[in-house]
Amino acid sequence: MKPALRRFRSVLAANAPARISFWVLVALYLSALLAPWLAPYAGDDESRARSWAPPSAIHLRELDGSWHAPFVRSVSYSFDDDALRVWSEDSTCRFPIRFLVHGRLFGLGNPVASPIVGRDAVVGGDAPAANLHQRQGRLYLLGADARGRDLLSRILYGSRVSLTIGVVGVAISTLIALVVGGIAGFAGGWVDSVLMRLCEVVMLVPAFYLLMLLRAALPLDWDSRVVYFYIILILSFLGWAGLARILRGMIQSLRQSDFLAASRALGLSPWRILWRHALPQTFGFLSVQATLSIPGYIVAESGLSLLGLGIQDPQTSWGNLLEEAMSIAEIRLHPWTLLPGVFLFAAVLSWNLLGDALRDTFDPRSLS
Amino acid sequence: MIPMLLGVSLLSFLLLQLSPGDPLSAQRGNPQVPDALIHRIETEYGFDRPVPEQYLLWLSRTLRGDLGYSFKYKRPVADVIRERVGATLLLAVFSSLLSWLLAVPLGVWAALRRGQWPDRLVSLTAFVGMSLPSFFLALLLLFAASVAPPLPWFGRFPIGGLVSPEFDQFGFWARVGDVLRHLLIPGLVLAVGGVAGLQRVSRGSMLETLRQPYVLAARARGLSQRSVLWRHAFRNAANPLITLLGFEFSALLSGAAFTEIITSWPGLGLVALEAVRAKDLFLVMATVLMGSFLLLAGNLLSDILHAWNDPRVKLS
Amino acid sequence: MSTLLSVEDLGVSFATPEGPLRAVDGISLSVERGAVLGLVGESGCGKSATASALCGLLPPGARTTGSVRLSGRELTSLSEPDWRSVRGRRISMVFQDPMSSLNPLLSVGEHLVETLRTHQNLSRAAAREASVGWLRRVGIPDPAARLASYPHELSGGMRQRVMIALALCPGPDLLVADEPTTALDVTIQAQILDLLATLRGELGMTMIFITHDLGVVERVADRIVVMYAGRVAEEGAAARILSAPRHPYTRGLLDSVPGFRPRTGRLPSIPGAVPSRRDWPSGCRFHPRCAHADAVCGESVPAAPGPDGGAACFHPAGVP
Repeated sequence: MKPALRRFRSVLAANAPARISFWVLVALYLSALLAPWLAPYAGDDESRARSWAPPSAIHLRELDGSWHAPFVRSVSYSFDDDALRVWSEDSTCRFPIRFLVHGRLFGLGNPVASPIVGRDAVVGGDAPAANLHQRQGRLYLLGADARGRDLLSRILYGSRVSLTIGVVGVAISTLIALVVGGIAGFAGGWVDSVLMRLCEVVMLVPAFYLLMLLRAALPLDWDSRVVYFYIILILSFLGWAGLARILRGMIQSLRQSDFLAASRALGLSPWRILWRHALPQTFGFLSVQATLSIPGYIVAESGLSLLGLGIQDPQTSWGNLLEEAMSIAEIRLHPWTLLPGVFLFAAVLSWNLLGDALRDTFDPRSLS
Repeated sequence: MIPMLLGVSLLSFLLLQLSPGDPLSAQRGNPQVPDALIHRIETEYGFDRPVPEQYLLWLSRTLRGDLGYSFKYKRPVADVIRERVGATLLLAVFSSLLSWLLAVPLGVWAALRRGQWPDRLVSLTAFVGMSLPSFFLALLLLFAASVAPPLPWFGRFPIGGLVSPEFDQFGFWARVGDVLRHLLIPGLVLAVGGVAGLQRVSRGSMLETLRQPYVLAARARGLSQRSVLWRHAFRNAANPLITLLGFEFSALLSGAAFTEIITSWPGLGLVALEAVRAKDLFLVMATVLMGSFLLLAGNLLSDILHAWNDPRVKLS
Repeated sequence: MSTLLSVEDLGVSFATPEGPLRAVDGISLSVERGAVLGLVGESGCGKSATASALCGLLPPGARTTGSVRLSGRELTSLSEPDWRSVRGRRISMVFQDPMSSLNPLLSVGEHLVETLRTHQNLSRAAAREASVGWLRRVGIPDPAARLASYPHELSGGMRQRVMIALALCPGPDLLVADEPTTALDVTIQAQILDLLATLRGELGMTMIFITHDLGVVERVADRIVVMYAGRVAEEGAAARILSAPRHPYTRGLLDSVPGFRPRTGRLPSIPGAVPSRRDWPSGCRFHPRCAHADAVCGESVPAAPGPDGGAACFHPAGVP
């Protein structure tokens, strides 16, 4: 264990992309963990009057030219001649950006009246103009969705699902593969044949079609918690077969290897040999495999949710968020809906680079 | 080959049994579907019989070419599949060719310039390409296409679909051109994903091969650089690439399905999705079988290519 | 007799992550037309590097110093395109491992036809005919049928014959054979050596034969150059060297080969080990292992053998 950790650290030290990836992943997972605090709004905090609001313009100067701490204004829309939305700001008041407010890292403070009421001040928002303290503003750092929910907050909450489903899915997959591959490798005979045929059959169906098949077997409308659980199961079904075959091969060759016979000749019990010597050799391989597989699972979940067959509202995942970007007219009008894809890309790229570095750790002979 | 497909059919049949109710439950509640039709299907496919019998019935019908009836399309499943497979094949072949055409020279170039900037650049772009989910790339390209101005002679970038609305009025070559224009975005999306992996293997394989004694011996005989590089080095380096072709075919089909859905390319993947959404279970089974069949065919093709390239390989 | 190849103070260094590594440190030799020179030494002495340098096949990053002249033409300054006109046509090489030196995807015929057509203006049919002729010449039975065989279908001895045919068919002036029999069984070795001897007689070939095996060089060479640690230790006529070696290293080599000289008792061996290229001893590189070494051996470098042969030694045997 320890020499492997040391090697890993030295590989990270030498390999800049891997090092950056490691920290990117730390940042992503940390922000997923701290999402309820980092996100300015709850995931289901709607504001229908601000449907599809663009990212908030952050101002530093008031209408009279005075400088202030960063603030935003309340926005509202109207339709123009082409039936497209036009957004305008309410310049009668401003909402300063505050830190550590409402129990979250940052958000909007109370509204402050503007020094000048300009000619084109639009009285909008959710409250009558007279009562300043009832006016509401929203800080949309990355824009809003159809129901006026803050995209940044939803991305943060969504990362909790997207980032963990991959890891959990891989863990379960590996477990299944260990069991199946282990049994096949040890038992041999017809048990081995049957299990391997099963693996081959599963591997014969391309991943997408396997996903469709599994999804068709389950009801489409279910409680979202249960859906999460079932999605994990479905994803785990994707990867176990190939891994099981490899593990079975490894176990078989270990059984027949000379070193096992030699150890027995020296008087060691086979279980001890397996535990102390044989299995640790597979750990390195397994951890590399796992790390390399995680991105695939993250993408698979996103893909499923994108098609409407995975995580559903009100739960969020990045794929779920991208579903809104699927309609062409909407992409052009609200390009920020593509942003979850950027996070997705960052996570996948980081895992890939890290996995590559890990592979080098355990096999310095690999071509680079 | 056949036993494997049988295995797939059995697996999918059993998995679908997990679904509550029977395959017709979705249709029973549908007022548009006449009861007589439901009843006929019931008896024909033996939904009142025990499961093993149902499977055998389904199997015997399938072997005769009757893949069941699609409620969504109101046609035999076989017809639906037949119409859509061509589009998927076209997409798969086009993007494979494109990715090979891009990846192989890039990989060879990177191998020849090992450690220098072309190598690193290609490596980086490969990683990026590998990490970009195909559906996200498709969305990005569609976005770009929707805001892009019309190009001279090319016209507007088609956003989705196989053909333009005016397709039927086109002459033969205009039709070909129309399909190719529509093929561009989905093909590109798929190719990008494929280039990444192919390029890495191509580079690694080329590096390995260039070290081999027979390459040195070929140089020692005074053969031309082109001959040494391509006839001696690359032909040997191609073996792992052909193997990769076989392995990647599964990913290719999956990626194709996603891309089809996002770009509205009317292929097998799009049908599969619609089938799942409509709970049209015969259609789901058929698409799964077809997907597996295509995968098998791809692997077979890869084996044939192997044997053609390498005289040491015997076809079994 | 004219000198075909003249090597003067050749040095070769390879580029390594830890800096340049010197493999050949100033050797000089010459080969007369029609003669066979045996280059003998253990692994690490620089003989393979020398062979590669002669054909311009050193890996990228390697540097050569000194001069190599083939029929008066300087080779060390050739560019890669120039080398392509020299290789095959003027100098040709036979490699150690015939299995990995043949392209597994091409048949014997394809190998030969390609090489023939590269160097001569032949049609495919004419090249095929010439190929059959060459296969016959190197002693391959049923040559016309063998054209369609692939390397993996041939035995080791057959493959080496094919390699020899490939090396000779462009008609080079000089053949460099780098351990051509090392990877073969003993009986096949003898056949290949006979073949080379025959071809030498038929074609009047000039050859440099590189080996670590003294038994082999005995059968083949006119003159012998013994290399040690990147330098020439001894040089001279083959018969003289094998019967009356002057350099202690050569003597040690001959003594340690069983069957070479009649003896009884334990087989003598040279104490110590061949020094690594990074750690060459000062002065005479053999001095740490030499029974006759004294102070001067560790301090000064003995003079290389002159054109008439001799040993690079301060205390050669047989010379006062």
